[in-house]
Amino acid sequence: MTDTHRIEGIAAPLDIANLDTDQIMPKQFLRGIDKAGLDKGVLWDLRFDGEGRPRADFVLNRPEYAGTRVLVAGPNFGCGSSREHAVWGLQQYGIRAVIAPSFAEIFYSNAMNNGLLAVTLSETDIIELMKETTEGAAPMRVEINVDVMIVRSPRMTRSFALSDRHRRMFLEGVDMIGATLAHKADIDAFAQRHWGQQPWVRDVARRTKQRLERS
Amino acid sequence: MTPKTLYRKLVDSHTVVTLDEQNVLLFCDLQLMNEYTSPQAFAGLLEQNREVAMPGQNVATVSHIIPTHPVQHRVIHDSASALQASNLKRNCDLHNIPLFDTNDSLQGIEHIIAPEHGMIRPGMVVICGDSHTTTYGALGALGFGIGTSEVEHVLATQTLVYRLAQDMRIRVDGHLPIGTTSKDLILMIISRISAQGARGFVVEFCGSAVESLSIEARFTLCNMAVEAGARGALIAPDETAITYVLQRAPDIDASLRSRALAHWATLRSDEHASFDVEHYFDAEDVAPYVSWGTSPDQSIPITGTIPHAEGSQRARIEHALHYTGLAGGMPLEGLPVDHVFIGSCTNARIEDLRTVAAVVKGRHVSPSLRAMVVPGSGAVKAQAEAEGIAQVLIDAGFEWRQPGCSMCLAMNDDVLAPGQRCASTTNRNFEGRQGRGSITHLMSPAMAAAAALTGYITDVRKLGGS
Repeated sequence: MTDTHRIEGIAAPLDIANLDTDQIMPKQFLRGIDKAGLDKGVLWDLRFDGEGRPRADFVLNRPEYAGTRVLVAGPNFGCGSSREHAVWGLQQYGIRAVIAPSFAEIFYSNAMNNGLLAVTLSETDIIELMKETTEGAAPMRVEINVDVMIVRSPRMTRSFALSDRHRRMFLEGVDMIGATLAHKADIDAFAQRHWGQQPWVRDVARRTKQRLERS
Repeated sequence: MTPKTLYRKLVDSHTVVTLDEQNVLLFCDLQLMNEYTSPQAFAGLLEQNREVAMPGQNVATVSHIIPTHPVQHRVIHDSASALQASNLKRNCDLHNIPLFDTNDSLQGIEHIIAPEHGMIRPGMVVICGDSHTTTYGALGALGFGIGTSEVEHVLATQTLVYRLAQDMRIRVDGHLPIGTTSKDLILMIISRISAQGARGFVVEFCGSAVESLSIEARFTLCNMAVEAGARGALIAPDETAITYVLQRAPDIDASLRSRALAHWATLRSDEHASFDVEHYFDAEDVAPYVSWGTSPDQSIPITGTIPHAEGSQRARIEHALHYTGLAGGMPLEGLPVDHVFIGSCTNARIEDLRTVAAVVKGRHVSPSLRAMVVPGSGAVKAQAEAEGIAQVLIDAGFEWRQPGCSMCLAMNDDVLAPGQRCASTTNRNFEGRQGRGSITHLMSPAMAAAAALTGYITDVRKLGGS
């Protein structure tokens, strides 16, 4: 089984509901034109104090959590801003999967589009898992097998759901745009038909801008 | 034929190919872009040697990082931000995409400029690398935010692999009480259904209270539906919406008008269409709402008190109160603020500014705080200046700034200091959103105006006067 099919490692608890993407990747790290260096900004305000010193009590700063690969998080993870930087940053930080009772919609798509595995378990299971992360002497490790869609912690084994499409994307790393471009003839034919019915939407941006520039 | 919701009609009329049970290839009529969520998409195209499929269906604006200092010619001093702006121009030039550049007199926030110039038309699918794209439901267009990978996908194909949402209907009947607005209504709805109450759904708003809202008020309502987790918001386009669009879209001339009207008349949910979830609210229950916590669903009427940390939400409430420095049982009335911000894609349109001007006319901002108005676009700014509103605001002691997203997310240099408390017409009171350690209280423009005058959060209905 290749590494793509199996994620194994330390799972850190982030017991916060509605952890928004502003917190996952704050504004000051969004000024690039590439994806580089975003690991630095991940959960900045939680990891560092106002002077930029690491907060010793924050879970990801504890030495035993070095190399954390999985986050166990609260509901509606990744809500708010659409910034994909949040996903890129988590991945660059070393996170391979987030396990939560629910994910905000845009974050979920962003995660799956980048191969960050978003695993949804029930609220009850997350409470159990969260408890388990805090009980042992050493950090809890989990194993996620994407082939059979199972999460395993020392005390718990749970299956999770993933749409066929997302599972394939995760396992095979599909070039989405390439796949869509295979439908190019369909898209062009659709556009012609669509604009035949609604000519007022054709080139709407360009025509509007030209009109504004004339007046 | 099975009765359909408006949402299903919009999806069906934009489906190029059905990919599987959950996903369709959705044609996107318009993509809006900004300087910070598009660069990596353009770079991806270049890497793969791909073209922009349909440049005329895309438009860009410099909105998030732009400074708003009241100067004629704007210079972006932060070098990284300046690079984002110049990079956007380079990408737009290269691909022949129309751009509202830094010093374009019509530059502004994407969700303000697109509809104000008639680019949003009923029945369209509109996407943008920005979560507040739900705004366009106000005109019967399906709008939603996407990430940068999908921005690249739309650039390359003008389509999106789209996962279908479920249907939710929120009916609001009755009259909004005097002194309340659609901002108060949406804050009330979010506080009742929660920050993930509409997650997985496209929400159709309906009912007599919604029908009586102006288009700008409907923008505010649909804009913030995403704060309840909604994947889209819709209002069936009526006479009000159609008039708004036709006034701004001269290209829909006599030769096209009857066809357009006939098509737009079909844009409503069929009578027996079924919704997966329905909510009902009474507009009479709306009061001026203000957020007290760190999520938009942590909002209360100004006449109420902050909830105690108890029950299933105990940890969440404690956490939020710790951050905002407040306590359960406290009222928000009388809470001093350091800053007032009037702006954002939620509340920086001309009607919002008229409301603020009506409240503050002939009065003065409290000396204890700093108050700024950042109009949503160059057109809004010019309109406010022509109407004399700008002068009223300036005379009252507000800073009258250049357009942009500004302190809504504080990506430019409009940032609050730690511990500062802000009465804000924006959409998110997340921790650190307006600056690390700063505290945001979401409210309507009228309520923010009242806070600016008194120096504390107060019920605008108590001020009386104009």
